[in-house]
Amino acid sequence: MSIADYKGVWVFAEQRDGVLQKIALELLGEGSRIATKLGMELTAVLLGDKTDDMVKELVAYGADKVIVAESPLLNHFSTDGYAKVITELANERKPSIIFVGASYLGRDLGPRLSARLTTGLVADCTSLDIDPENSNLMMTRPAFGGNLMATIVCGDHRPQMATVRPGVFEKLDRDASRTCPVEKITVNLTEADIRTNTTEVIKVAQVLADIADANIIVSGGRGVGAKENFAVLETLAEVLGGVIGGSRAAVENGWVDKSLQVGQTGKTVRPNVYIACGISGQIQHLAGMSESDYIIAINKDASAPIMKVANLAIAGDYSKIIPEMVAKINELKAK
Amino acid sequence: MDFTLTKQQELVRQMVREFTINEVEPIAADIDVTERFPIENIEKMAKNDMFGIPFATKYGGAGGDYVSYAICIEELSKACATTSVIVSASSSLCAGPIDAFGTEEQKMKYLVPLCKGEKLGAFGLTEPNAGTDASGQQTVAVLDGDHYVLNGSKIFITNGGVAETFVIAAMTDKSKGTRGISMFIVEKDFPGFSIGKVEEKMGIRASSTTELVFTDCIVPKENLLGKEGKGFSMAMQTLDSGRIGVASQALGIAEGALEEARKYMKERKQFGKPLSAFQGLQWMVAELDVKVECAQLLVYKAAASKDAGLPYGVAAARAKLFAAETAMEVTTKVVQIFGGYGYTKEYPVERMMRDAKITEIYEGTSQVQKMVIAANFLK
Amino acid sequence: MNIVVCLKQVPDTNEVKIDAKTGTLIREGVPSIINPDDKNALEEALRLKDTDGAHVTVVSMGPPQAEKALRESLAMGADEAILVSDRAFAGADTLATSNALVAAIKKLDYDVIFAGRQAIDGDTAQVGPEIAELLGIPQITYVEKVDIIAGGLKVQKAWEDGYETIEVKTPVLLTAIKELNEPRYMNIKNIFEMYANKEVKVWSADDIGANKELLGLKGSPTKVKKSMTKEAKGQAELVELPPKEAAQFVVSKLKENHFI
Repeated sequence: MSIADYKGVWVFAEQRDGVLQKIALELLGEGSRIATKLGMELTAVLLGDKTDDMVKELVAYGADKVIVAESPLLNHFSTDGYAKVITELANERKPSIIFVGASYLGRDLGPRLSARLTTGLVADCTSLDIDPENSNLMMTRPAFGGNLMATIVCGDHRPQMATVRPGVFEKLDRDASRTCPVEKITVNLTEADIRTNTTEVIKVAQVLADIADANIIVSGGRGVGAKENFAVLETLAEVLGGVIGGSRAAVENGWVDKSLQVGQTGKTVRPNVYIACGISGQIQHLAGMSESDYIIAINKDASAPIMKVANLAIAGDYSKIIPEMVAKINELKAK
Repeated sequence: MDFTLTKQQELVRQMVREFTINEVEPIAADIDVTERFPIENIEKMAKNDMFGIPFATKYGGAGGDYVSYAICIEELSKACATTSVIVSASSSLCAGPIDAFGTEEQKMKYLVPLCKGEKLGAFGLTEPNAGTDASGQQTVAVLDGDHYVLNGSKIFITNGGVAETFVIAAMTDKSKGTRGISMFIVEKDFPGFSIGKVEEKMGIRASSTTELVFTDCIVPKENLLGKEGKGFSMAMQTLDSGRIGVASQALGIAEGALEEARKYMKERKQFGKPLSAFQGLQWMVAELDVKVECAQLLVYKAAASKDAGLPYGVAAARAKLFAAETAMEVTTKVVQIFGGYGYTKEYPVERMMRDAKITEIYEGTSQVQKMVIAANFLK
Repeated sequence: MNIVVCLKQVPDTNEVKIDAKTGTLIREGVPSIINPDDKNALEEALRLKDTDGAHVTVVSMGPPQAEKALRESLAMGADEAILVSDRAFAGADTLATSNALVAAIKKLDYDVIFAGRQAIDGDTAQVGPEIAELLGIPQITYVEKVDIIAGGLKVQKAWEDGYETIEVKTPVLLTAIKELNEPRYMNIKNIFEMYANKEVKVWSADDIGANKELLGLKGSPTKVKKSMTKEAKGQAELVELPPKEAAQFVVSKLKENHFI
């Protein structure tokens, strides 16, 4: 078997208890670009039960082919069940590339597959491309704790496998008129193949115990002006899936709770995104948030100290800018 | 001459540093303001064997050495001098003499719970009329059949209100002067023993500093520590060891303050430049850096001497004298570097300055240390 | 019960700084720590030792200086520590690493293998599942609670939107996340005792009898083609636009950086 015998770009179409996940569609979007570059077919591989509606979506969002493994044993994810079905299929059909979403499920499944197929897996890719010299997949991802970017290839092994986080790529526009072949395979799976026994599945609303654990913080300072005005910041926090924070001035004015204070006498935070509204950026405040990955400062005063520390400094009125941001984000989410 | 620490000592430092950052530092400012004894941390520290570092595992200790002990006190003190003194007073001044002079029975009964941190200890030597002149002991102990009866009082006793085991100096034979002083192990529940005045202090405010009152206090004969009349000499040796603890505490305070200054000088800008760009301040911190380094070497040498079984009293006096004065100088100058902000509770440095002062006073004032050093020099 | 904990010593990537002038990573002076998720794995093993008398062996693949991380594990309370170290392992990707660890683990008795979910330098979360696959045992990832039941374990597995309770027979491999527990500190008595009475065993590639073809660079299907530093932080772009355009710009930047 040589490398050239492996053909096809596969997307693992992740579904959870009958609900197709957005990452599957995003992977079809990027997968279609890659498949076109390689002149290969894009196949969505779906494992689950009662799959007809999900299959329709996969077709509408760009699959050239859909392979379906339908069984009650595959409705809910199990490492053993999914790994067996997919590796048997991969060994039979020999795809060149397999994409998996880097959700909790994908990060459990991906390495199990790559080890069983004795091939390479690159996790959390943020961009993909094809090497013009040898048609290898070039997989770029953050490394060294996110301080570097690395481009990695799996030159001598097939399939080349990559996992991608939700939200990195875009899905194609939905086209209900699209058609493509759908193949339902026989599933060689028995209960004995699955060594884990699920006794319950519970959905829980995420409650944040500590602002220091938040990934996104929308923070307000003296410039916010009044307690009611924090409501605007709350809407942004909510739509971003983040939390509210406040400077010492905001806390002392009674606009936010002490537990949300960021700074020398408050908490030290290092979220992925820190959006500072109406905060001048005294060093006592900076001491509490300067290690944030990405700092956005919105302040009427372009010369405020925080503007020099931020990655993105917006001179303006937060009370006008934030509602526009919320509208724009909701617009993107609706797509 | 090997100036590197052993791997064990490095790990002790790492462990205490992590503990200090996660558990001690977050509450340090608050307990200073409220004078609240940090019981939750004491329990955690006991579980991790911080109270018995230099004592044998046979007695519930960690089987370590005095350099590791000094490092532990040093690291705790970088964030909170109160937390560190609770440990050093209990370890050096109470567990210490019982370990050095106690019988096997006394060690099993009293040393073990102290090393395990199950009970805290305190040392009672200082009296209203016997401070620097410790020989003027007025607390008396009279033998009556199978017990002694103690009468008198002690003041400024660290851990007074929280300890359960006390090592107390008392006069058993007034006619013999200092050779008439003896030491006793007293339990909190002995009849006639009570806690008197609770002091409100300038610094190390969350540590319990109290008066101890003995009113016909009954102490069993078996609780005489060592021999009658040897009390003063045992007390002096105890203080020699305790000085390593205080010197370590002073060292840690100075290092903690200097580290705060380093961070602040890089961030704070005046005249368009960070403070760290001004030569006047650069020279100031250079001088402080050297003094802290000297203090550390003196502390470690004193501890290492004790570990090697060498006489270490003068080394401990030098370390305590220099480290305490360095702590005072460093913290005062660091507050100066912070300017107005340094004077407020926004930053920890004003507390560090208040905490530093006591290191020049207790377990022998700087003047006493000079007496010890001069006596050795001129002999 | 025999527990094997897989542990990695990593640079503390949260403390890494970028050289302001050259924009490159400053790697010197970055402290080495036990990978945080692995510490949670070790802590859980130690809890099972406390409650059920489990025997805890810690295994790590790394350069000689990784011995320190294993010493820390012993000081926390592990019974044995093994460092698998050999020049032959250099350049290993996750599969080659897993092969080396599996060869070592096969020499031990194990009922449960604990690993951290992912390392803060590689961030792949691949080694745990790969080890489970190569050993042919079941795996449960994202574990936030463990209880012993007759014949096996009852495990709470975290999902993005909740959790799942799973029963599984041993042997099994579990990967630990931060929420599993609060790791204990090193115990000072252990620090002195372990230097007196215990040693970190060092196993070479020959000692573990691994197939050299599966190790190191040779055994790595994936190879790094190139690496580059990210754009240095703090290059403030000052934007003065009317509110709608400003909002548009910010949102596009958030999207560009994959924050939304």
